Amino acid sequence: MYAFDIERPKSVADAVAALGTEDAMPLGGGQTLIPTLKQRLASPAKLVSLTGVEEMVGVSTDHGMLRIGGATTHATVAAEAASSFPGLAGLASHIGDPAVRNRGTIGGSLANNDPAACYPAAALGTGATIITSNREIAADDYFEGMFTTALHEGEVITAVSFPIPEKANYQKFLQPASRFALVGVFVAKYSDGVRVAVTGASNNGVFRWEEAEAALSADFSADAISGLSVSADDMISDLHGDAAYRAHLVKVMTGRAVTAAA
Amino acid sequence: MTKVTMKINGKEVSGEVEGRTLLATFLREDLHMTGTHIGCDTSQCGACVVHVNGKAVKSCTMFAAEAEGADVATIEGQANADGSLNVIQQAFQDHHGLQCGFCTPGMVMSAAALLKENPKPTESEVRAYLEGNICRCTGYHNIVKAIMAASGQDVSAIAAE
Ligand SMILES: Cc1cc2nc3c(=O)[nH]c(=O)nc-3n(C[C@H](O)[C@H](O)[C@H](O)COP(=O)(O)OP(=O)(O)OC[C@H]3O[C@@H](n4cnc5c(N)ncnc54)[C@H](O)[C@@H]3O)c2cc1C
Ligand code: FES
Ligand code: FES
Repeated sequence: MYAFDIERPKSVADAVAALGTEDAMPLGGGQTLIPTLKQRLASPAKLVSLTGVEEMVGVSTDHGMLRIGGATTHATVAAEAASSFPGLAGLASHIGDPAVRNRGTIGGSLANNDPAACYPAAALGTGATIITSNREIAADDYFEGMFTTALHEGEVITAVSFPIPEKANYQKFLQPASRFALVGVFVAKYSDGVRVAVTGASNNGVFRWEEAEAALSADFSADAISGLSVSADDMISDLHGDAAYRAHLVKVMTGRAVTAAA
Repeated sequence: MTKVTMKINGKEVSGEVEGRTLLATFLREDLHMTGTHIGCDTSQCGACVVHVNGKAVKSCTMFAAEAEGADVATIEGQANADGSLNVIQQAFQDHHGLQCGFCTPGMVMSAAALLKENPKPTESEVRAYLEGNICRCTGYHNIVKAIMAASGQDVSAIAAE
């Protein structure tokens, strides 16, 4: 690692101020950033640790919305969202391993937008709102492709607000070496329709499978998508699975998520 | 350099660290507490697991500065007060839960975190909890058996493999 300073502010305002200097970067749980620094793929002059910002930690519900602070760990979401939004708690409880879940945060996961990460599927699959230090961004406008988001430099994800669905489930086809998703599908059913978001599969990062959304909105059963197929164009191809295999998995995992949710 | 102060195995410890000093580096190189092992240094293997404020974390993937004011527990603090092995360590010995021993500090610390959360885990719960702890020697079977035994469960039906 190159040398850098660490600051540990106590408030969002102080964090934003600390990030205002050149080459400063937020530090969430460090589960992605620290390995990146070790590989010298990033060379910040300063890291601004967000885990001590109390207003960014916690899970609460209000009027059908679940709000999660941006510095809340996966383990806390798994425990504290279990009764209000079990589909999301289930997703959080299968990220990485226990030690990763004790450090990694929702804000870090969404800021990083790894094409195989789990939370992007939940945010897009529920139409969540990403709340930052200066604005609110709809999930549909937030994800801009692999490792790319609408966030500006120095902007901090302070919270994420999820509309709680009637039913939801996340199915992850595990890539056992990395423990990320080879393909993961989040399905959420609301009174006005169904949303389906897919991670791990596309070269463009997380995406909505709109054909399945239409079919499932009419009939919320795995049978409803049996006639659909997913194009392998633009799917990720690597030694763990080629594009056609991933395209096939999208449909299989969507069906499993619907069955598990129904 | 900044000064950090934390409690390690109940004792207050201070030191001067750089921003980039990992908690594992602080423990091993500054405090010479080499019980915490570095297997991969890439957040994969779990040999470096310690507890920070009661939670299992990979000390190779956390900065020492982030542990300022924290309560840290390492393998060095696991033995009973009289120096004898604690119940988890003793079970690893009794059930041959280690061969080369390199993964063992992390395994014991993960097992301790698991049993605090879930005092009577099933075999599949133990295996799921150890997802982030890699062992190149044992094939895991006797590690799982040792943890089940440490939780006070009868392991006579779990055949040795
Ligand atoms: C062994 C292992 C297995 C894993 N398995 C999975 C898995 O199955 N599924 C999965 O989804 N993920 C997985 N991860 C990734 C893990 O979830 C990370 O915790 C997460 O991707 C990054 O979160 P973090 O809090 O650690 O962020 P950091 O590593 O601290 O930061 C990541 C990036 O986000 C920025 N950032 C951090 N917080 C914020 C914020 N609040 N606002 C703005 N920017 C911010 C940082 O500057 C950095 O660029 C795994 C990681 C490991 C090491
Ligand atoms: S040395 Fe920390 S996880 Fe391998
Ligand atoms: S006993 Fe050798 S790595 Fe586990």
